Amino acid sequence: MTPVAVMVGANRIVTAAGIIHPMGNAELSPADEKALRRRIVEKALQALQTEVVRPTVFTSE
Amino acid sequence: MTTLRVVCYLNQFFGRLGGEDKAGVGPQVVTGAVGSARAVQQALGEAGTVVATVLCGDNYVAEQTERAVADLVALVTAQGPDLVVAGPAFLAGRYGVACGALCAAVQAQLKVPAVTGMHAENPGVDLYRRQVYIVQTGGEASRMLDEVRRLVALGLKLVRAEPLGAPAAEGYFARGLTHNTVVSENAAERATAMLLEKLAGRPFASEVPLPDFPKIPAPRLVKTLEGATIALVTDGGLVPQGNPDKIEALNATRWGAYSIEGQQGLDAAKYDNVHRGYDTTFVKQDPHRLVPVDVARELEQRGVIGKLHETVYSTTGVATTLAHSARMGREIAEQLRAAGVDAVILTST
Repeated sequence: MTPVAVMVGANRIVTAAGIIHPMGNAELSPADEKALRRRIVEKALQALQTEVVRPTVFTSE
Repeated sequence: MTTLRVVCYLNQFFGRLGGEDKAGVGPQVVTGAVGSARAVQQALGEAGTVVATVLCGDNYVAEQTERAVADLVALVTAQGPDLVVAGPAFLAGRYGVACGALCAAVQAQLKVPAVTGMHAENPGVDLYRRQVYIVQTGGEASRMLDEVRRLVALGLKLVRAEPLGAPAAEGYFARGLTHNTVVSENAAERATAMLLEKLAGRPFASEVPLPDFPKIPAPRLVKTLEGATIALVTDGGLVPQGNPDKIEALNATRWGAYSIEGQQGLDAAKYDNVHRGYDTTFVKQDPHRLVPVDVARELEQRGVIGKLHETVYSTTGVATTLAHSARMGREIAEQLRAAGVDAVILTST
């Protein structure tokens, strides 16, 4: 859904793990799933510290 | 045919009271047509008479809008009008806002049609075009009589309850209303015709105007992460069991604030998900797949972030109108700001 986020003008957009589980993935082991979630949150924190002037997509992988 | 009673509204400048030096004058009424209201009389011809011109200074209205509009409505009411014509205000911002506010109040309280006119960039357009018929004018008063003729023509149609054409045909700003009309070509034929125009590089008009998303400047995080309070917000439909705030499954108008104080994570047994726009099976199994409280709490404890805000805000973002989304966002942002939150991670499905 990141193109929609860009279209509506969200400034800092992080690609996550999918519509039905943006912050996880049921197919991974619990430990791997949590590591995935941590990477996405850390990418979001990195995005928050990045100056942007237009909708900008940060990829988490 | 009976002659209609028309009341005009003008600011100090177009009412010939004076310039900026008179912008503070309060509401007043003059018998008959004065200033640019004479153009209204000219455009009306035999159809109506400008029985009075109501005047007020731009600053007076801008600084105490509610009271000024109430006083102006009282002056208008006393004249027993069939139609109110405000402005046109062209590009004059304070004047445009006053015209819009007065027309909206007149329609609501007197049940009398009111029209005004403005340039597309007058702030009064965005504020009032949904409530009031605002005729599109130029930026300056150089073609006053022509512009006023269009206001009056629309006003007369409203008084006579004649059917109005589409905004583009009648020259007013779209009010966001949908009307059913019978057309000879079906949707496939119209869409194909539009596509052919597009391929040929010719102009075409969509029948479904897209909402206009204003550009929002990106704020900077002024603190370092180690000193910042971070909040988690979601439009993915997380609610406590029983959905205490009755957040709608779609087309949401409500949001909820849920405490995570003292919690290392979200206990799946205590949460539900009401979002009807995606398969919520996986986030019901583990709400962290939507709202990463577990990871954020660990980052707080490791000192990566200063503090995890102890309230999670949630609503459902599916078929939610832009107006409700903007309002809910504003309301949540006010609470976050009051609580000293520095930044937000909003997880969306």
